[in-house]
Amino acid sequence: MSGDTQRFDWRGLVIPVGCVVAAEGAARVTGWQSDMLAPPSSIAVAFWTAALDGTLVKATAATLATSLAGLAIGAVLGLLVGILLGLVRSLDRLMEFSIEAFRPVPAVALIPIALLVFGFGFRMEIAIVAFAAFWPILILTRAAVAGVEPRLIQVGRALGFGAAARVWKIVLPAALPRIFVAFRLAAGIALIVAVTVEIAANPLGLGYNMILAQQTMRPELMLALLVWLGFVGWSLNRLLLWSQKSLFGPAALIRIER
Amino acid sequence: MIMASRQETVPVREADSAAPLIAFENVDLSLGGRPILAGIDVSIRKGEFLSVVGPSGCGKTSLLNLAAGLLMPSKGRVAYAGKPVTGPRQDIAIVFQDYGKALLPWRTASGNIALALEAISYPKEKRGARIAELLALIGLSQHADKFPSQLSGGMQQRLQIARCLAQDPKVLLMDEPFGALDAMTRQALQDEVLAIAARTGATVLFITHDLEEAIYLGDRVIAMRPNPGRFDISFDIALPRPRDQLTTRECPEFLKLRRELFDVIKEVEH
Repeated sequence: MSGDTQRFDWRGLVIPVGCVVAAEGAARVTGWQSDMLAPPSSIAVAFWTAALDGTLVKATAATLATSLAGLAIGAVLGLLVGILLGLVRSLDRLMEFSIEAFRPVPAVALIPIALLVFGFGFRMEIAIVAFAAFWPILILTRAAVAGVEPRLIQVGRALGFGAAARVWKIVLPAALPRIFVAFRLAAGIALIVAVTVEIAANPLGLGYNMILAQQTMRPELMLALLVWLGFVGWSLNRLLLWSQKSLFGPAALIRIER
Repeated sequence: MIMASRQETVPVREADSAAPLIAFENVDLSLGGRPILAGIDVSIRKGEFLSVVGPSGCGKTSLLNLAAGLLMPSKGRVAYAGKPVTGPRQDIAIVFQDYGKALLPWRTASGNIALALEAISYPKEKRGARIAELLALIGLSQHADKFPSQLSGGMQQRLQIARCLAQDPKVLLMDEPFGALDAMTRQALQDEVLAIAARTGATVLFITHDLEEAIYLGDRVIAMRPNPGRFDISFDIALPRPRDQLTTRECPEFLKLRRELFDVIKEVEH
């Protein structure tokens, strides 16, 4: 995380830019014809066309909306259950088996069931993303809450705070930096799962547009969407890192790094 | 076992000897089936400064937790102002040894003091002034907006003491508060605690493993024995107040007490 505070090192661009130039050069020299690859210049043209005719905006909006909605539902539920289990040891032991039985189920394996329940569309995708985001938030929130320094809780008791005030003033702020790390992790998972659902089944969003481009033999559009998807994921993570810093300040970041 | 109790007649400090503020009545404590404390019987007068010394693992901290209401006795009774202690009270404040863990790392110095004010529902509009007053009292006015991690160990412990004082406590329970500090800081803080106790008239239960510190601070020193923790001997300390790091420690009476207590502790540790 310390890398974010350092200045950007331009030397890191040598290899990616070099590869792009080499690919373009190779395409020009050999004049290849391919169903799988496209020269960077035609990828750029395809991207530009998709950006102008609105398909890119529409697809991005659909993918982001489903990932974020699923993430929000999964995060809220995971947070609530995680806090409860982190605080109440006996409940945690009671739930241990059920959680460990459900958690390893791959979220995308729920596509057939979700299709039966919701049909194609946003709701099916949101449900699967929520399922995927729920577990990491639950597990990490539970660990963060259970790992709050016992002395701090004792301080809360000694000061005469009730249980609710102790959770609000001591447990939650103490666990929050770690909970936010869980949220960042879940956000990455949410995007992956949303795109996977779109590629596999759901006629929506960037994933669907990619598979459509592939099936209609337009590798340049498929690759343009792939690059764009990488950029979207990268931006999402930057946004979350930035909000983590501005929300918790330097003190919190030191605690996470430790 | 020595059970002599030296009774000096010199009045030490203005202390209301009529009714004990905190009374341990034949208290036993077991945790998880293991006896921790046995037959603890002591009354702490209002305004008294009681030091408790003993080797590590003799139950000193459990004694303090009983007085704080964080632990309940297995047998006997702990009473505060005549009534049984059933849980933590806001007029009893605890200063923990591990100041690094007892301060909220996400709150500034001011914020940590505010926590205690929030606990007692101190009027919001007066909080700022009260925090400034407490910070000034313990010499941290310049550091109001710093986080605990940006303060030295001594400053962090000062901050914890300030947070306790924010409750306006009648009793200060101090659990080896200066054990982790260097000698100079420790002496400065000892004198600050004495000044605070003298000014507020607070009753202090001070746990330490440092004999000299116990004698220097206390109106009375109780030595403990381990396995299970129990009281061994009690000394009244007749040293004049206010105490002074140089002259008090050079006092023949101080040296005599130190020798006697040292012999007791040495015997206990064997």
